[in-house]
Amino acid sequence: MGVGIEVQNLNAWYGANHTLQDISLHIPANQATALIGPSGCGKSTFVRCINRMHETNPIGRVTGTVRIGDIDIYQDAKPVEIRRRVGMVFQRPNPFPTMSIYDNVAAGLKLNGYSNRRSLDEIVEKSLRNSALWDEVKDELKKKSGASLSGGQQQRLCIARALAVDPEVLLMDEPASALDPVSTSKIEDLIFQLKAQYTMVIVTHNMQQAARVAERTGFFLNGRLVEFDLTHKIFTNPTDKRTEDYITGRFG
Amino acid sequence: MTRIRFQQSLEELKENLLVMAGLAEQAIQRAVEAYRTRDLSICELVMRNELAINRMERDIDQAALDLLAMEQPMAVDLRFILSVIKINADLERIGDSAKSIADRVRYMEQMPAVELPVDVPRMASMAIDMIRKSLQAFIEGDAEVARHVLTLDDAVDALNRASYKALTGVMEEQGQAAPQALNVLMICRSLERVADHATNIAEDVIFWVQGADVRHYKSVKAAESEQDAGASDQKE
Amino acid sequence: MSAQNFELRSKFRGLTDHAVTGLAILATIIVVAPLVTIFAYLIYKGASSLNLDFFIKGPKPVGEVGGGMANAIVGSGLVLGVSSLIGVPIGIAAGIFLAEFGRGTKLANAVRFTADVLNGVPSIVMGLSIYALIVLPQGHFSALAGGVALGIMMIPTVCRTTEEMLLMVPNAVREAALGIGVPNWRSVLSITVKTASPGIITGCMLAFARVAGETAPLLFTALGNGFWSTNLNEPISALPLQIYVYALSPYDDWHRLAWAGALVLIILIVLAVSLVRYVTSRGVLKGAS
Repeated sequence: MGVGIEVQNLNAWYGANHTLQDISLHIPANQATALIGPSGCGKSTFVRCINRMHETNPIGRVTGTVRIGDIDIYQDAKPVEIRRRVGMVFQRPNPFPTMSIYDNVAAGLKLNGYSNRRSLDEIVEKSLRNSALWDEVKDELKKKSGASLSGGQQQRLCIARALAVDPEVLLMDEPASALDPVSTSKIEDLIFQLKAQYTMVIVTHNMQQAARVAERTGFFLNGRLVEFDLTHKIFTNPTDKRTEDYITGRFG
Repeated sequence: MTRIRFQQSLEELKENLLVMAGLAEQAIQRAVEAYRTRDLSICELVMRNELAINRMERDIDQAALDLLAMEQPMAVDLRFILSVIKINADLERIGDSAKSIADRVRYMEQMPAVELPVDVPRMASMAIDMIRKSLQAFIEGDAEVARHVLTLDDAVDALNRASYKALTGVMEEQGQAAPQALNVLMICRSLERVADHATNIAEDVIFWVQGADVRHYKSVKAAESEQDAGASDQKE
Repeated sequence: MSAQNFELRSKFRGLTDHAVTGLAILATIIVVAPLVTIFAYLIYKGASSLNLDFFIKGPKPVGEVGGGMANAIVGSGLVLGVSSLIGVPIGIAAGIFLAEFGRGTKLANAVRFTADVLNGVPSIVMGLSIYALIVLPQGHFSALAGGVALGIMMIPTVCRTTEEMLLMVPNAVREAALGIGVPNWRSVLSITVKTASPGIITGCMLAFARVAGETAPLLFTALGNGFWSTNLNEPISALPLQIYVYALSPYDDWHRLAWAGALVLIILIVLAVSLVRYVTSRGVLKGAS
């Protein structure tokens, strides 16, 4: 089951660059929340603060509170633990090049010491089914390498890999931007199905995609959260003029 | 500013709608003029221009559809295009009402002229005023003017009811004037419809500019207060 | 532009294309020619002396015909084994540190600088240093000392290549591992290093091939041994050493052996490298398109 995410006064820096300023919002559980905004507005940085990836950059720094469920992820837990509860799918599919499909999906478990053969098989199958990839690869799990799949399949493999460690939150940073329209639709349908079990946060450049998949949408601009509301309201009658200018394409 | 071509397309759509509005307004004015002067040639004019109005309705709807499909408009642009489509339909109906009135005038030509206690030109000028104001609201994107138009409808409705009373009285007392009275009754009804269409246009402008759906305000409010009353009855 | 102009230009371009291709082929020949020539000459000079005895018998006393360089072959193998045990782990560990854990730190810069300097130390100086550091205190020459000298010479190559190969692993792979909650050290070892392993192995082979033919360091450490020996604490023979000694000797028989030895040395290096390639290519995943 997914959990809600509570963000309060989140600030983030890259060196001296104040990338995120005073972000506060509540992301509801078991829903998809989209984050939109022009390039460089901080939405990717924001998402990387939620799974503590921002601090892997030597000049990255974070202040503020992020609560996932009832855990303050910066005070009450270690980064590695958080990243097992918060999965991430990146813009460009990045399966592990030296591993088979099976090993890719099982990587999160195997590398953390999990070795029960039977459960691994079950988990791998479940994850691949949940990411709508099982039927396409079930005969070649251990023979084919992760990198030999098509772009859309690779991205679904990455989703399966993230799901295998049983997270509660799934972060997606422009998951379909490198994919063709058919693969994009498959990923969007997937997001719809995954909502039931996970809390989804999706960063996207594509406003129509945000409109199609997300219940709530947040608009970021220059490191600030300008507006955060129900998706249909943002796209039919936003409150802030900057939001309206962005989504109508008056500036991009 | 980006999406220049799209903004220009929106401007074009607006202009075309205004041309259509001009045709519709002109049609009503001509129809009422025909009633006043009993000039059949003006009726002819109204009939012919009906074709132009119908053609424009189709063109504007097509242009709006294309914009929706190709440009993925959002927020205010989306509301604008939607209101253009609706105003388009209302204007076409206004044109139809004008044609109706012209038809009535033609029938009445064949009947002897009778003095009737109804001031059709006054009712017409109120309706035309409403059309003008709602179009002005559209041109300027002014929700205040649009809201003002909503308040003018009551007067036209009142006039219509008064005419109904007066004309039914005439039909009861002066049987031979009944055909004329009936036709004038229908003309009043057409004018009342025109006022309603102008109201719709004003509501669409408010939707476009403010994103607020103010249609059927009175009936929605009435239903809601009925519900509230029912609920409080239940509580007691 | 006119049609004739266009035709002329295309013809000119075609000619240039051919000319450059020709030059490239010529350059390739010039590069490969020395290797081929050397190999051919060695075969010419040494193949006739190759017989079974060469590979299984030690040297005969001076004056007697026959005998072989079996002891030198085994000796080389032992010394190179010791040197690989020293050079490969240390080199790879240093490379991993430079690429994954110490990026940008002053320590990393110091390590890199040291490796580069070490790389430039003349092999004979290396031999003399190990002589002073190990042979003298121990009081005797030894295979171990030879292995240490060669091992230290392997370190810079292995280290730098490992670092380069690790840096070539795209950051996306590291992020993917971190993203599923794998601790950094585990991600480095199980994923990043594994991804870069073909390149790392190549680096080790390069280092191996280089030190396999080194003679000068062994002069002062392993010293060489006319007799059969597999004791690490005793002086030991090695192919390059033996070739050196035989080549400078006044005996024709030994000259023949030297040529044969040189041929065998090159063949063994090529075999060793090919074997490693073959074994590791089956280990890395098949089916990657």
